[in-house]
Amino acid sequence: MTVPLPDRHGRFGPYGGRYVPETLMPALLELEAQYEKAKRDRRFQATFTDYLQRYVGRPTSLYRADRLSAKLGGARIYLKREDLCHTGAHKINNAIGQALLALRMKKQRVIAETGAGQHGVATATAAAMFGLQCEIYMGTEDMDRQALNVFRMRLLGATVTGVDTGSRTLKDAISEAMRDWTTNVRTTHYVLGSVLGPHPYPMMIRDFQSVIGREARKQILAAAGRLPDYLVACVGGGSNSMGLFYPFLQDKKVKMVGVEAGGAGIVSGKHAARFAGGKPGVLQGTMTYLLQNEDGQINLTHSISAGLDYAAVGPEHSFYHDQGRIEYVYATDEEALEAFDLLTREEGIMPALESAHAVAHVIKLAPQLRKSQMILVNLSGRGDKDVQQIARMRGVSL
Amino acid sequence: MKTVKMVGRMRRVAQGANPAGKSASVAQQGSVAPNRLDAIFDRLKADNKKALIIYLMAGDPTLDDTKRLVLALEEAGADIIELGVPFSDPIADGPVIQRAAQRALANGVSLRAILAMVKSLRLRTKIPIVLMLYYNCICAMGYEAFCQTAKDAGVDGVIVPDMPPDEAGPLKGPAEEAGLRLIFLLAPTSTRGRRTFVARHSRGFLYYVSLTGITGAKLTDIADVGQNVEKIRKIARAPIAVGFGVATPEDAARVSHFADGVIVGSAVVRRIEECRQAPDMVEQVAKFVTSLKTAMTQR
Repeated sequence: MTVPLPDRHGRFGPYGGRYVPETLMPALLELEAQYEKAKRDRRFQATFTDYLQRYVGRPTSLYRADRLSAKLGGARIYLKREDLCHTGAHKINNAIGQALLALRMKKQRVIAETGAGQHGVATATAAAMFGLQCEIYMGTEDMDRQALNVFRMRLLGATVTGVDTGSRTLKDAISEAMRDWTTNVRTTHYVLGSVLGPHPYPMMIRDFQSVIGREARKQILAAAGRLPDYLVACVGGGSNSMGLFYPFLQDKKVKMVGVEAGGAGIVSGKHAARFAGGKPGVLQGTMTYLLQNEDGQINLTHSISAGLDYAAVGPEHSFYHDQGRIEYVYATDEEALEAFDLLTREEGIMPALESAHAVAHVIKLAPQLRKSQMILVNLSGRGDKDVQQIARMRGVSL
Repeated sequence: MKTVKMVGRMRRVAQGANPAGKSASVAQQGSVAPNRLDAIFDRLKADNKKALIIYLMAGDPTLDDTKRLVLALEEAGADIIELGVPFSDPIADGPVIQRAAQRALANGVSLRAILAMVKSLRLRTKIPIVLMLYYNCICAMGYEAFCQTAKDAGVDGVIVPDMPPDEAGPLKGPAEEAGLRLIFLLAPTSTRGRRTFVARHSRGFLYYVSLTGITGAKLTDIADVGQNVEKIRKIARAPIAVGFGVATPEDAARVSHFADGVIVGSAVVRRIEECRQAPDMVEQVAKFVTSLKTAMTQR
C-alpha cells in the first residue's frame, strides 16, 4: 500500500509545504489540528454529509451524454453534473466544509478569494446560511468579466473588495486575502477555494471535494458495470479535478487527464498552462509548478475563463504530474468556446467556460477511442455566469 | 532538460525541508565566522546604544538612487541597511512596499543586478547589509548560487518573510557555508512553542514583527510590543530588532527602550515615493533618518 499524502510536513514528494509569514504559522498549525480532529469526528462528518445532501443537492447525477457521444463518434461519454450543485458549481462542497470548520473554531468572520466568482458565491452562500460575516477579494479584471457573480455575492450579504494590483486576477486576490488573514487571523477563517496555498489547505480541500469522485465511482459501476477508461477535468488550482481523480488513484487502469488553460496558445505566452510552460517554485505558501521568468517573478497569465487564469497549480497535481500518474494537456480559448457551443447545442447543457476546457479535450480524445470505451468528464460548473461575457465577445448587447 | 534538473533540486528541498532541529547544531557552529552584523550589535551594546535599521526597496526609483541612498543614510545615522528585493507577489507587504516593488520591477531590476550593486557599494562602505527577499527569488537562482553570489557581493544576512524555520532546511547549509546570517521573524501571534523554536534558529538578529498584520500598518500598542520582546529576550541568543509599523521618531525612540534594533521600512519608502522626482530626494530621506536616530539617542 502506498504512503498517504501529504506527509506530516504537508509535502507531496517535493511539493507543498508551508511558505508563509510567521504571523500565520500558529493559525495554520491550529487549523491542521482542528481539521484532523473534525476528520475523525463522526458527528462532524455526518453534519457535513447532511448539508451536502439537503442543501447542496448531492449526489449530483452522472449523465450519459448520448448525442455528444454519437456526434464525436467514439467513446461513450458520461458527465458528472457538478453544475447541478446549489450555486452552480462544485465550489460549494468545500465552502460548506470550511464554514463548518470555522464554526468549530468559533471564528465569526470568513474571507475568500475568487476568480470566476463561483468560489466567492459559494462562500457567501455558506456564510449567509451559517450567519457568518463574509468578505470576498476579487481582481478588478475578473469583476468585469464576472459582473453577475459580483452582484450575486452582494445580494448574499458579502462585501466584495476589488483588488487592483498586479494582473488584477485570481493570483492578486489570493495575495490580498492572505494579507487580510495575516491582519485578522485571530477572528477570521480564510476559506481558500482550491487545492492551493499552505498545508493543510491542499489536503483539506481535496478531502472535501473528493465526494465528487466517490459518487462518480459508485455511479459508473452501477450504470456501466465497470470503471471508466478515462477521467477528464479542467485544472485551474485543481480542486474539481483532484476531487474527481483522488478516489480513483489506486485504480491503475483508469487514465486521468487534467486540462489546463491554453489561452491564446503556448507560443503566444498568453496562457495558464503551468505544466506546459512552467517550472517548480514557491508562490502563496506552496511549492509547485509556476509560470515564472528566470528571476522568479511570476508571469501574467491569460485565459478566457477567470477560474483557470492562475500562475500556480495545486502541489498534489505537481506530484502526480512528475509521477506520470495524471496526464496534463491544455485547451485554448477558442477550443473551449467551440466546446461550450457543442455541449449547449447537442445536450442542452451550458457548461462554465472552465468546464468547457475539459469538454474541449473530450472532443479531441473521444474520436480516437473505441465505442466500447468510456470517458467520465467532470462538468464542474454551469455556464450562466459566462453568458454575458460570451454575448459581449460576439457583439450581442443584452 | 531544465525541468528535470529543477525537479532534482526540488527533491533535495523536500529531504532537507523538515529536520530544522537536526541542522541546528551546524547553525551554531556557523556563527563562528566573523560577520559585520554581529560586530555592529556587539559594538552598539558596548556603547549602550541601539541599532537603527533602514529598509529600502532596491531599485526604487533606480538602482543608482539606492546606492546613493545607502551611502547618505549611513552618514545620516543608519547602522544597518535592509535591502528589499522586489517580487511580483509580496504577500507580507502593505501597499507602500508593494508599489515600490512594482516601480523597481518596471525598471527591470533583478536579484543579480541588486547583488552587483551591493558589490560595487562594498568599495565605499562597510555598513552591514541584509537582503529581504521572497523565497521564490532564491529558488529561481538556486540556493548555493544565491548564497555564494551574495557572500561575494558582501551581503551579511538574509530575511525571507515567507520562509519560517520549518521550511529553511535547504537554505541553511549554503547560507552557513557562505557566512550569511539567516534572520527569522516572530509575531504577536507566535505561541510559546513557536517563540522558542524560532528564537533557536535566528542568527544575526531576531526580527520581532510588532503588529499582527503586514508592513506599514499602524502600530497601536507599543507597551504590548515591549512586553512581548521581554518574553522573547529570555529565550533568544541573538539581538532583537523590532519592525512593521514603526513610522515616526517618537515610535523609534519608544521601541529603542526595549529592543536592540529598530527597523523602519514603509515610512522611509513612502518618503522616497513622495519625493522621488525631487532633485534633493536623497537629502530629504537622509533628514528623516537623522530625525529617527536623534530621537533614539536622546531617549
